[in-house]
Amino acid sequence: MLILECPYCGVKAEETELAAGGEAHLKRFGPGSSDDEFHDYLFMRENPKGVHFERWRHANGCGKWFHAARCTTTLEVFGTYSAQTLEPPKELLDKISEKRPGWTWRDLG
Amino acid sequence: MSNLASALNGASFNGLAKVDEVGLVGMITLRGDLGSAKVAAAVKAATGCAMPQQRKIEGTLAAGAAWMSPDELLVLVPYAEVNAKLDAMNAELAGEHALAVNVSDARAVFRVSGAASREVMGKVAPVDFSAAEFAAGDFRRSRLAQVAGAFWMDSEDSFTIVCFRSAADYVFGLLSVASNPQSGVGVY
Repeated sequence: MLILECPYCGVKAEETELAAGGEAHLKRFGPGSSDDEFHDYLFMRENPKGVHFERWRHANGCGKWFHAARCTTTLEVFGTYSAQTLEPPKELLDKISEKRPGWTWRDLG
Repeated sequence: MSNLASALNGASFNGLAKVDEVGLVGMITLRGDLGSAKVAAAVKAATGCAMPQQRKIEGTLAAGAAWMSPDELLVLVPYAEVNAKLDAMNAELAGEHALAVNVSDARAVFRVSGAASREVMGKVAPVDFSAAEFAAGDFRRSRLAQVAGAFWMDSEDSFTIVCFRSAADYVFGLLSVASNPQSGVGVY
């Protein structure tokens, strides 16, 4: 059972109260981009064994989207943070580096 | 004038806890910047209540304001006065980027009361209902088994539950089954 703390309402919400929204921090390639860029934006996703960043929505609650960083092998949750950002907060990245030295995820790590 | 009726016409069930459909309640959804003075004034004008803190409710079912999300409040007023209260709110909100809408007829309201009410609620919602975590004045939006719902405690042994009117029958059945006299667990 995954328990994430919603950064908007402060509820420690369990998985059934949330809706998964896929990978976090995707950069959109729309009109004007090359076919390869558009293809990668649409289809290429990380599927890591370890540290992962995801989007979640507190669907049965405040209804807000937020970000979560967790480990896909142990289900350890490193933290959640606001959706109004393009990258994870520095403190969270430091915390992950402390717990999983040498981790990488896309261009992070 | 048509005969106004609530979803289940005041149905009730008596078991571990008493489940009652409360009847028509005036409800206004207010969206906007909750930190703004105009929004606070609008809440005050309709209910006389202060701005509720995060996951809290101010006031009562007859005149109250509940925290739904960082930019949304549920304003509770008497059913007959909804339009007048809405006008009063809109007058306060003039010029503010905010929206107040009457949602009374989209909702159904239930009350679960009795010593086992925490237990009955604990069976249907993924929320910690221990006295330390959830007490009178606390408000929570969550799910009731398969449908969305919001609830709060009015007193130590009574919950008020708000759900969509279309799910009223489901929620009443759910709460009735959860308060079946033979289904006591004795957790809380």
